[in-house]
Amino acid sequence: MFDLAAVLFDGVVYSSWLFMMAAGLTLIYGVMRILNIAHGSLYALGAYAGASLVGAWLAGGHPPAASYALLLAAALLVGLVMGPLIERGLLRLMYGRDEVVLLLVTYALFLILEDVIKLAWGVESLVVAEPYALPGNFRIGKLAYPVYNLILIGAAIVIGLVVAWGLYRTRQGKLLLAVIHDREMSAAMGINVARVYVFTFTIGAALAAAGGALTAPAIAVSPGIGVEVIVLSFAVVVIGGLGSLGGAALGALIVGIVRSAMVRYWPEGELFSVYLVMALVLIARPKGLFAAPEARKI
Amino acid sequence: MTLDRTTTTLAVAAVLLLAAAPFLPQWLVFLLTLALAKGLVVLGLVVLMRTGLVSFGQGLYFGLGAYAAALVGAAAEVLDAAVMLAAAVAGSAGLAAVLGLLLARYRDIFFAMLSLAFSMILYGLLVKSSALGSTDGFNLHAKSFAGITLPAGAERRVFYAVAVVAVLGAAWAVHRYLSSHYGRLATAIRDNELRVEYLGSSVFRVVFANYVIAGALGGLGGAFAALAVGHVDPETAYWTTSGEFVFVAILGGTGNVLAPFLGAAIFEAVRTVANQYAPNVWQMTLGIVMLALILFLPAGLWSLVARLRSVAR
Repeated sequence: MFDLAAVLFDGVVYSSWLFMMAAGLTLIYGVMRILNIAHGSLYALGAYAGASLVGAWLAGGHPPAASYALLLAAALLVGLVMGPLIERGLLRLMYGRDEVVLLLVTYALFLILEDVIKLAWGVESLVVAEPYALPGNFRIGKLAYPVYNLILIGAAIVIGLVVAWGLYRTRQGKLLLAVIHDREMSAAMGINVARVYVFTFTIGAALAAAGGALTAPAIAVSPGIGVEVIVLSFAVVVIGGLGSLGGAALGALIVGIVRSAMVRYWPEGELFSVYLVMALVLIARPKGLFAAPEARKI
Repeated sequence: MTLDRTTTTLAVAAVLLLAAAPFLPQWLVFLLTLALAKGLVVLGLVVLMRTGLVSFGQGLYFGLGAYAAALVGAAAEVLDAAVMLAAAVAGSAGLAAVLGLLLARYRDIFFAMLSLAFSMILYGLLVKSSALGSTDGFNLHAKSFAGITLPAGAERRVFYAVAVVAVLGAAWAVHRYLSSHYGRLATAIRDNELRVEYLGSSVFRVVFANYVIAGALGGLGGAFAALAVGHVDPETAYWTTSGEFVFVAILGGTGNVLAPFLGAAIFEAVRTVANQYAPNVWQMTLGIVMLALILFLPAGLWSLVARLRSVAR
């Protein structure tokens, strides 16, 4: 019983982290029909930016409590700079191509950004653990957990609610939903689709960077962290159904809990179980759990 | 039978590559074998791309072929390269025939994602199985070929010669296949599969056949790469390896069976040079070249060759 609680908690922590990544990924796919491999690099950029900012802040002898705000500021910065830059500078030139070609474009972008990160930050790993250690630990039965995990869960829930509210309750969000539903019709009705694209990509980039920045204190930020993250987030959004925010949340929970259960009961199965679930879901529901049915065009 | 240009080029290339075998330096033998092996995997991918499907999981067959070859040596203690190659082809074609039943129903991004999932399942299994050396993998060493014991030190050179014959033979077979009735249907499916169905052909059968061919070629390529390197590790099945194959396919183009080998040779050469002189910007170079190709040369490097040919004519 107690075992189960620990597995569930670990799973939910992991899911929160996955959800931040997946939310951006699924939003970008929904609107732009781009499965963004470079999302992993944006995650890494967020992690590096967060770690550097907080590191500089702490080195200056400033109060560590403000470092949480700095992590979020770093994410926002990465989103606001990289989002428009990538969308306007590169993706804009590629619209109208096949989805698979766009996948390759973001793969190329991913390769470029990997080296940009190495050039900017070097290959040494970056450790900024203060925000992680600062709030102390709490106990579930005999096991001690860092309070930071609760912050992570809270952040994921808040981010999820804010994105959902923005999407379903604001004017800009409804324009976005219209574009998801039918791009050509939206353009014909006078929606500025190009602006919606920039907007979406920026939000998605900021979400990926937030995932990275908030994870940075818990890990050693080193080259290659984006490589693993991206396929995992693919698994999450594909399980949930590409383009669906609720699907991303459910997919993140499934993947997170499956993984933590595997780590607990059968560690050898950790990696492959996630992809097995992804394959099984795709076999049973070829477009994922929550994907909207599409008309077949001839 | 009149020989078309591709067949002639293949034959000339085979003769030249074989004639050069005794004289090439060791490093070039290694590089060429690797380029041929990877070109073979990409050739499979090109067959698949003819139907409009891009697999982001060809690493599955590359890894499977490599491990099958290595396992024949390690577990069954058969150290014959011919047996290893046969095991790799049989294993990967068998798996492709099973997975193909399923994957042949998928299209576009979903095909890419499901094939990615399958390759990552293999990767996950390999990384965690300590019996197979986990992330480090293990070594293989073939001592004979088809019963003939190889002199120590000359194995790689023999494998190179075998690779030249097998790979160019496979390329010729694929060339024949692509210009057959079935092969031409593939392009029609890419353009409009509903119409192909209405005209009375089975889309599923063509996609399935192409998938199995791609799998078998991937496995053979993996086995040749394992023989050349003398080592296998889970990285062979990782998604970045699969991504590399897609990259080479785009680099070369899908217009001709020679294109994947052109792409693979240039890719391996650039990689070797970049590793030597600019290891820090190697991935960036790849990315920029890829973007430039997609923007300016969407049919790949082969389209330049094709243009030269038509000018010459």
